[in-house]
Amino acid sequence: MVDSKHQWKAWLYLLPAIILLLVFTVWPIINTVRMSFTVYWDETDVAGYDENGMPLTDENGKVLWGRYKGYSIAEELGGEREFEFGLNNFKEVVKTDGFWQIMKNTVILCILTVPISTFLALLIAVCLNAIRPLRRLLQTIFFLPYVTNSIAIGMVFAAMFNIVGVNPSNLDQSTSLGIINAVLGWFGADPINWINQGSTYGANIAVMVIYIVWNALPFKILILLGGLQSVNKQYYDAAKVDSTPKWRVFTRVTVPLLSPMIAYVVITGFIGGFKEYTSIVGIFGEKMQPPGASVGVPRLQTMVGYIYDNLGNAEGIASAAAIILFALIFVVTLINLWVSKKKTHY
Amino acid sequence: MKVELRNLTKIFPSRNKKVGGEVIAVNDFTFTIPDGTLVGLLGPSGCGKSTTLYMISGLQKPSGGQIFFGDEDVTTLSPENRGVGLVFQNYALYPHMTVKQNIMFPLQNLRGKDKLTKQEMLERAYEAAKLVQIDELMDRKPSELSGGQQQRVAIARALVKMPRVLLLDEPLSNLDARLRLQTREEIRRIQKETGITTVFVTHDQEEAMSISDMIVVMKLGVVQQVGAPQEIYDNPINLFVAKFLGTPPINVFKGCIHDGKLYIGGEIVPITEEVEVENNEGEEVQTTVENVVVGYNFVPGECVLDTPGIEDKNVYIGVRPEGFVIDENGPMTCNVSSVEVMGRDMSVVSTHDASLNPFVRSIINSDERVNAASPTINYSLKPHKVFVFDAETEERLYF
Repeated sequence: MVDSKHQWKAWLYLLPAIILLLVFTVWPIINTVRMSFTVYWDETDVAGYDENGMPLTDENGKVLWGRYKGYSIAEELGGEREFEFGLNNFKEVVKTDGFWQIMKNTVILCILTVPISTFLALLIAVCLNAIRPLRRLLQTIFFLPYVTNSIAIGMVFAAMFNIVGVNPSNLDQSTSLGIINAVLGWFGADPINWINQGSTYGANIAVMVIYIVWNALPFKILILLGGLQSVNKQYYDAAKVDSTPKWRVFTRVTVPLLSPMIAYVVITGFIGGFKEYTSIVGIFGEKMQPPGASVGVPRLQTMVGYIYDNLGNAEGIASAAAIILFALIFVVTLINLWVSKKKTHY
Repeated sequence: MKVELRNLTKIFPSRNKKVGGEVIAVNDFTFTIPDGTLVGLLGPSGCGKSTTLYMISGLQKPSGGQIFFGDEDVTTLSPENRGVGLVFQNYALYPHMTVKQNIMFPLQNLRGKDKLTKQEMLERAYEAAKLVQIDELMDRKPSELSGGQQQRVAIARALVKMPRVLLLDEPLSNLDARLRLQTREEIRRIQKETGITTVFVTHDQEEAMSISDMIVVMKLGVVQQVGAPQEIYDNPINLFVAKFLGTPPINVFKGCIHDGKLYIGGEIVPITEEVEVENNEGEEVQTTVENVVVGYNFVPGECVLDTPGIEDKNVYIGVRPEGFVIDENGPMTCNVSSVEVMGRDMSVVSTHDASLNPFVRSIINSDERVNAASPTINYSLKPHKVFVFDAETEERLYF
């Protein structure tokens, strides 16, 4: 314990960091919560519309005026509004056309990529740990995606999956189907329209999963390899003397001893997965879908993308969506921690 | 199971190929471990004793030589096919498994006709646990056990598959002094009960002497001496073995032999003369001055024993602490520093000019009376507790 006489010194040293945290982290969080619960009463707008798109009316056929609207900075700066507490922002988010599509995209990408990338990273880390020559070189190669801009990687992936110079109405006229389709062609498979106009949702998601997994591998490999290298070699010697088959060493010794690191990459993986956005922009561009796939919400829109879209004009909606995303991540992380507490051996 | 090592050699290649300097960890080790015995590999750190153990286990591949279990050549056999039980220095218990799971782990690896049912595995595990007296702790994790308990679990895990040979790497080094005494007796008891040929590695000579049937003393990869503990203690083959065994350690003095008599503190000094020697290197003739021995001077010391049959030379003299006898007319005079009384006997700490150790330590029966106030003490020596070693080769000279 620091002597109480000198405690003010300790606080002094912490002050710069505390100020930065307060200004750039704590205040924005508080402000997000505030904005998400802030609404105003707009008398100049109609109360709503019926199924036929006509304004709502009372029994006498008179149009109803006035409804709650979400917070926006523009309205606040105008200074003419009186704001009050309300849940309207959250209602607006949930009522958004395609909200469930957005949630579906977010959850599907997360649920598919985290287990696949964790399993692959574990496999690669174990293999890397087992070899001596070329380990440094391979480690560097596996780590490259981590230090490369994800938009740039996305463009390369888009080219690999792309059908270049295609006539949308007639695939036979295409000049190049991309590397992936060329490789598939060697095995006699028909070319697949991965990301171009007319591509299916399944094909789009498949491309995204491959890309996100590939992008997520380096960090996970790094963590798991570090964990493997800190495992006492004598456990393996002991297993060897006891004639343990290799797969059993992996499942009964390696995985349990690595479980703290595995829990770490799974939890951070889920958190990162729910915030997927740049990777989709990297491949599909800011439209976040193949050309002409959908007119409303983009086909591959995610929560973060939805938040960004609303930032400019409907900050209340964006804040509410951010809070919903936070709640989602929070619950999933709690589940993760609960599971890992039971399965992890520290 | 008899274990036979034939010309076993392990050479570790040098890390830096340019500098060279490979390390010979074990050099031409030949030794047969009789069936059912407990053998201690003893030596200072870096003498190759652990490497030898790991070669027997198969975890290290020998660079040369052969290993036989009984009549079977296991030199090229991988560790999983040798059927050895190995207890590691820090036990290597799987931290995520309970004691029961740890002990059952080797059994679960058995395949084919050796495959056991769950019930049989449990029975075998409890049997092994009872042997090392940890059957009360079966559901704990290793982190919830004391060092001694962990060590027993490690032994149980090694024993449960009924190994042909049990290997223990510094089994007591992580235990405190009292537990060490207790555990080494346990190891002896377990080995006697199971009758498994056991090899263990230690740098603690007391530990090796107290429980081994046989000791192998090693130094820098070379076996120095093999034999029963008492035999090696009473008859060390060279100065290293004499110094390594025994607590308190042996007292070593400088001295010489002259006319069949042993002189502590004596010296044989060569007389040299400068002589001009002509060297022909090519066409030039160079003259250099070299020292040539023309005779010897004998500087007498304290004549302590007759040593017939050894030619005159400088020697090291080793005297076991119990080899001193208080004798007013004894030939050896030491300056008393202190007297430590231990009840059963006492230890006289003194100095002597010829001693290579800072202090001369003798153990005297407490029936004897020592005048602690007297500045000097005179000893005569028991001849069978005195060992004479050549000053150059450090090999034993017998008389």
